[in-house]
Amino acid sequence: MKVWFWPVVVGMLSAIGLLSALLYDGLGDVVSWLALLVPVALSVWHGWMRRNAADNHRA
Amino acid sequence: MRLRTWVFIHKWTSLISTIFLLELCLTGLPLIFHEEIEQLSGVVEAPAMPAGTPNASLDKIVQSALAAQPRKVVRYMFWDEAEHPNITMVSMASRVDAPPDEFWTVAIDSRTAQVLDQPNDQGFMAVMLQLHKDLYAGLPGQLFLGLMGLLLVIAMVSGVVVYKPFMRKQDFGTVRRQKGRGVKWLDLHNLLGIVTVVWLTVVGATGIINTLDPIVLAVWQNDQLADMVKPYKNAPPMKDNGSVQAAYVTAKKTAPDMTVRLIAFPGTAFADRHHYTAFMKGSTPLTARLLRPVLVDAQTGALTDTREMPWYVKSLFVSQPLHFGDYGGLPLKIVWALLDVLAIIVLGSGVYLWARKYMRHREAQGVLAEAGTEEAQRTADAPGERTGVQVQ
Repeated sequence: MKVWFWPVVVGMLSAIGLLSALLYDGLGDVVSWLALLVPVALSVWHGWMRRNAADNHRA
Repeated sequence: MRLRTWVFIHKWTSLISTIFLLELCLTGLPLIFHEEIEQLSGVVEAPAMPAGTPNASLDKIVQSALAAQPRKVVRYMFWDEAEHPNITMVSMASRVDAPPDEFWTVAIDSRTAQVLDQPNDQGFMAVMLQLHKDLYAGLPGQLFLGLMGLLLVIAMVSGVVVYKPFMRKQDFGTVRRQKGRGVKWLDLHNLLGIVTVVWLTVVGATGIINTLDPIVLAVWQNDQLADMVKPYKNAPPMKDNGSVQAAYVTAKKTAPDMTVRLIAFPGTAFADRHHYTAFMKGSTPLTARLLRPVLVDAQTGALTDTREMPWYVKSLFVSQPLHFGDYGGLPLKIVWALLDVLAIIVLGSGVYLWARKYMRHREAQGVLAEAGTEEAQRTADAPGERTGVQVQ
């Protein structure tokens, strides 16, 4: 389903990020940083940096 | 359940808990970096010595602590070689069975047994910790915050359910900036809420488990600990504690792949009256958290028992790093803090959206009421002349 595609992807990445540093040192830490940075990056990009198509139509 | 029910659940679980969750997010922010902040504010370090300098006997370290604080007794010794290399932390109190929040820490050089510092000033971080843990209200405060955590988890689940109808007609990440502040913040609330949902639910749920730590301890004392020390049930009381160094050596021999994280002295919450309990940690990130108790007869220094912790203690141990975010170095802490800021924005925007709607509603009601009063006045000014307009 379209509505859930990105939320599920971000959710799975979050879960991987939460667990990888707990289970593995070294590479596990790096995976954890990158995976948990995804929700932050998506928030900043969509929330504050990107102009939406809908807005551009109106502008 | 119908959508309206879910909206109702989301609204009320959030409204009741938001002020406390904001408090937790704000005090939690500096706590994520407590190790770094303590380092910066000048924590004591052991002087450099040639590598391989042997450690002093733990009995000698106990003597040093007692010499520094002659009216106190030792309850715990603990080590953190990563954070405080070559330092033995000794936790003392007025009595061995004093309440757990009464403690006095003495930092002692592990090699020379010299007292380095007595770091007990109740600074900014201690205030943050108390506010975060129990709002200065002890166990009831702690359990109350656990309840707020439960409301958070319910708000997250119901939030996911109500996310879909909002998003049916727009793409993921759409933020409608041109349609007014209400619409813009609704979209931001939905976006930030849905991308942080797994992280925030895990931090909330592990926070709830952490609030249960006194209960977990009490259950463990009456369950596994009581079972391990059963043979000593009728043993006569000891005159004084035997060698803690002997207990340390026995613990190391019992679990050679592990290191000693903490030794609890006889009569404390983590040992009975006849034993030292050494808590051993493993070397991987996960096993370093899953401490293993080794009970050593305090008089003879002989091993009494060692077991794996039961599932409920393991759950608590695993919950701690997942709540604190302290298991993947400084970069993980920074990401943890960024996610915390996003959570603050989700909470704040939630209140804003509710307040906005509420004010609109009140305003509408106010206009109606005003119209009603005007109408009533007009009727009063002209007695006998009924307008026939019925004010709702």
